[in-house]
Amino acid sequence: MNQYFHSIRIDTEKCDGRMKCLRVCPTQAIRVRKGKAVIIEEKCIDCGECISVCPHGAIIPLTDPFGELTKFEHTVAISSPALYAQFGREILPEKILSGIINLGFDSAFDLALTCGEVSFAIQEYLREYRGPKPLISNVCPTVVRLIQVKYPELTDQIIPIEPPRELAAREIKKKKSKQLKLKEKEIGTFYLTPCPVKMISIRQPAEKGKSFLDGAISISDIYGPLISAMEGIEKGSYRKALENICILGVGWAMVGGICRTLRLKNSLAVSGLADILKVFNDIERGKLRNIDFIEAYSCTQGCVGGSLTVENVYISYNKIFKLIETLEYEQIKACPDIRDVRKLYSQKYFFIKGKFEPRPLKPLDKDLAKAIKKRKAKEDIYELLPKIDCGACGAPTCLTFAEDVVKGEAVLTDCIFNLPQRFKEPTQDFSELFNKYSFLSQSKSSAKKTSKKGKIIK
Amino acid sequence: MSDENELSQHFEIMGGDFSNAGRASTIIKEILQEIGIDPSIIRRTSIAAYEAEMNVVMYAHRGVLTLNITPKKLHLKLEDEGPGIENTDLAMQEGFSTATDEMREMGFGAGMGLPNIKKNADKFEISSTPGKGTSLDITFYLNQTEKK
Repeated sequence: MNQYFHSIRIDTEKCDGRMKCLRVCPTQAIRVRKGKAVIIEEKCIDCGECISVCPHGAIIPLTDPFGELTKFEHTVAISSPALYAQFGREILPEKILSGIINLGFDSAFDLALTCGEVSFAIQEYLREYRGPKPLISNVCPTVVRLIQVKYPELTDQIIPIEPPRELAAREIKKKKSKQLKLKEKEIGTFYLTPCPVKMISIRQPAEKGKSFLDGAISISDIYGPLISAMEGIEKGSYRKALENICILGVGWAMVGGICRTLRLKNSLAVSGLADILKVFNDIERGKLRNIDFIEAYSCTQGCVGGSLTVENVYISYNKIFKLIETLEYEQIKACPDIRDVRKLYSQKYFFIKGKFEPRPLKPLDKDLAKAIKKRKAKEDIYELLPKIDCGACGAPTCLTFAEDVVKGEAVLTDCIFNLPQRFKEPTQDFSELFNKYSFLSQSKSSAKKTSKKGKIIK
Repeated sequence: MSDENELSQHFEIMGGDFSNAGRASTIIKEILQEIGIDPSIIRRTSIAAYEAEMNVVMYAHRGVLTLNITPKKLHLKLEDEGPGIENTDLAMQEGFSTATDEMREMGFGAGMGLPNIKKNADKFEISSTPGKGTSLDITFYLNQTEKK
């Protein structure tokens, strides 16, 4: 059994060892071994960058098939606000939620309302917090995992408030089981997810508690059926549908949405892993201690940029942005009552059950003296390497290869530059190919450059 | 203590090179993570290394930051060539700064740099020769129960 559950699997049948994933992985968690990509579980933060670059579709995000619904007496769909940005501008959440019911769910829950509550709860937490700053939002599970793995000393700065999807599932189970006289486990709560990482946050929550959600269904999987399911729905009043939208909640679909709708003055919104790394490095250096709150999403532009969404990320970002502007202009709030939220907040309603623990990578050795020696060996090995990060050894960079060698996970001869003898004698296949295509250089012998090459070949 | 239990690495820092500022402290942090130093010590070291690095970038012509680690302690030495500091006691006071308005606009020069290094280190020494340069000795003990 692996210690960590991941939402990403590699289909070894399809994997061709093309190394695109190797290069794009932000935590250097992928190696190519015997021509197939493998994931180092300990290092993977489930960001899904590898999924989108694989030319063979060999990296598969793990979400639940639709069929899972039949296992429950009553099913509830909880939709990420990012779903609201996937359709035309005139299609508002109300219609989308009705469409979801037509798909076969017993009910559809507007998560924007819970997002609104959590926005207020965050505001409360920011107000009373006195520890090191800035605090960091936990809405993106990849960001939480990134902190646990690469910035373990920042784990105390992750806001310990349940993300809206979890809170909604918890409350729905409570209410529906009472209402329908069912057991909580007979109520199936499904998150309609814009990204695969939400799946692991369900199977293995970062704080080691238990998720209240029963599964996650990819937005891209239900997109087609949902469009058909919305066809028959009568067009209600646009204005009325607009009046039901919680402005605080829709903000959660895009980066900066929480800060903007709460009107937080001293906060930052960051998206995309490369930028997040820069900002987190600055936090570590103590440079951002005057910032109160950081909203960070591993996908560019926030959840609308998730790899399981359908609409172009800039279009969907813009839709949410314009919707927020419209609601601001029309002064529509439709948000939870802050007094209710404060009451619940004081009853600890919003807090996560467990605690975010650091998950630092294993050091080179448990013994410090040995670790120092190994680190020096790594440096010496690195100096021998060509430093061109070709990837032929199966590691993404020469530096990671040096580390693999020190850890005993690779041998020095895996580096082709350390094995010139391997290429002294061309293999039989290579010689055959050579002869087959020798005409290429001969036929062009008039051209000076190629004739030169041709001589060498002969 | 034999040489092989000691890891040492040098980082060259150029005055005025804001675009590379912070590189040394990032590499130092990665080294410390790899050899398994306690996260709280890593945090303090990162802050101290960054402030030391920024002092060179902002005020000096050039400098060398040297990291030395043994199983017992972690030592950062910074030696720069630059204007030096006239009165080190004054420079160690919180809020004292000779930063230009430009630097302050960038969020630096609050007069917290040197005091911040001292606050985060287990041992801190500064010496400076006006017109020549400044040298900082910053020590962290890896076994926090037996400081010394």
